Amino acid sequence: MRPMIEVEDLVKRFGDKVAVDHITFSIQEGEAFGLLGPNGAGKTTTIRMLITLIPPTSGQMRIAGLDVQRHKMVIRRLLGYVSQSLSADSTLTGYENLLVVAKLLGFPRQEREQRIWEVLELLNLREAAHSLVRTYSGGMVRRLEIGQAILHRPRILILDEPTIGLDPTARRSVWEALELLRNQEHITLLVTTHYMEEADAYCQRVAIMDHGRIAAIGEPAALKASLDRPGATLEDVFTSVTGNTLESGGSYREVRQLRRRAQRFG
Amino acid sequence: MKSDSYVGALSVSDKSQREGADLKALLRPPSPWETIVTYVRCVLVVAEIELRKLRHDPTELLTRAVQPALWLVIFGEAFSRLHAIPTGSVSYLTFMTPGILAQSLMFVSIFYGLSIIWERDAGILQKFLVLPVPRASFVTGKGLGAAVRSLTQAVIIFLLALLLGVHLQWSLIGIIGSLLAVLVAASFFSTLSMLIAILVKTRERFMGIGQVLTMPLFFASNAIYPLAIMPDWLRILAQINPLSYTVDLLRGFLVVGTAPDALLDWGVLLLAVIVAQALAAATYQSIVL
Repeated sequence: MRPMIEVEDLVKRFGDKVAVDHITFSIQEGEAFGLLGPNGAGKTTTIRMLITLIPPTSGQMRIAGLDVQRHKMVIRRLLGYVSQSLSADSTLTGYENLLVVAKLLGFPRQEREQRIWEVLELLNLREAAHSLVRTYSGGMVRRLEIGQAILHRPRILILDEPTIGLDPTARRSVWEALELLRNQEHITLLVTTHYMEEADAYCQRVAIMDHGRIAAIGEPAALKASLDRPGATLEDVFTSVTGNTLESGGSYREVRQLRRRAQRFG
Repeated sequence: MKSDSYVGALSVSDKSQREGADLKALLRPPSPWETIVTYVRCVLVVAEIELRKLRHDPTELLTRAVQPALWLVIFGEAFSRLHAIPTGSVSYLTFMTPGILAQSLMFVSIFYGLSIIWERDAGILQKFLVLPVPRASFVTGKGLGAAVRSLTQAVIIFLLALLLGVHLQWSLIGIIGSLLAVLVAASFFSTLSMLIAILVKTRERFMGIGQVLTMPLFFASNAIYPLAIMPDWLRILAQINPLSYTVDLLRGFLVVGTAPDALLDWGVLLLAVIVAQALAAATYQSIVL
């Protein structure tokens, strides 16, 4: 089986700062892959390069066998992206949020309506379709954002911290939606998170990032087993491979942004 | 055919045979005609998004009416009595009304860029930039949306003029012409505003620059006094100020009936829009860096 995403020796520097430091990994089709690590580990930068938002300093990225830098427009057709922050437009209704994306994508009217209502149904948002997004709960907003990202039926869905700032029920509803997409539609998932227990429960494989490098990669069970300690968690794996606890890392600016975001999700 | 699958045409069951063919179809570069059609479609949708927002929250229209109303009612009435400014055969209030229309569309447009800083911070911009649609269409679409929004500014000033008994030329050509002038001028000032937003990236810096710009743009123009009474240095400033050309057109359409320099006015404004659009489109992506 050919991998869906291949990353080879990828580097991103911002001035003197090395945000992503020679990382290599690949993700199989239909897999749920978790990119773990504290704030500032380089997860978001890696994703921003994969989704064609910023160019890498050096290294290779291929999606479905295509070079990301050379085929940006095709790559954007193949992937859906859900950003870390609250990106649905709160001044529009849920339906309108989907409508404007569908119109941008240029589907004929009938197909457009069909796709929008399929997505609303799939993500359990049909009832709230015509309410303004500012009346939605955090989990509903997140599901709507996932809906916007899958209208063009991408083969890969890339989500940056999809459950950040959500309560446990909402977090479960988001993961259930993602599981459904993977099982029914065979979408490949690339998810960043710093919630280790979520990665453990929902990802087939994970890579632990720290200071721009991949410190460990593999199936959660195998990583935990490698510690040779009964009851070990992914968090223990993290501590053991990086010598850090999750608490370290993350600049003041990132923490402030994170808190603001959490506040808005309410 | 598995049309309901989210992997779409690349459905899993027959992936092995079809994947190559479909990727090849995706890799085919679009024809120039397809590129233009896609571009125009996206521009219209982006403009539509702006108008939908306005429809859900029209209170903005009321708050925008306050400032021009104050200028006309307080400043206009007071200066009309002073007879301090020579305005020929028309009253001062009539003279300044097109100027206040130009001023209010400029004030509204010059802060439009704040919305793209907000969208960038909220991740909305990134989401749209990752969609498989031409990125430059966002700049044009937003400029168009902002321009259509500012048409309401013309309606507000027209209503105020009727209320205050300002003697405007209410000809069909005059009204259509002035609405077109408002569209073009507002798309220039809102694109300029987006360009500033792209360059400065934070709302604090943006607000500072916006405030620094509005006063000279307004006072170094023929909005509330004629070019003839200005000292030379100010007149030169006013003559390179796109707002002066906007006022000239509006005054021509609404007060005089004809604008002798209409061709020059249109030319300057259209050129300004094209240059600002080209610069903003070229730099747009850098806002997410």
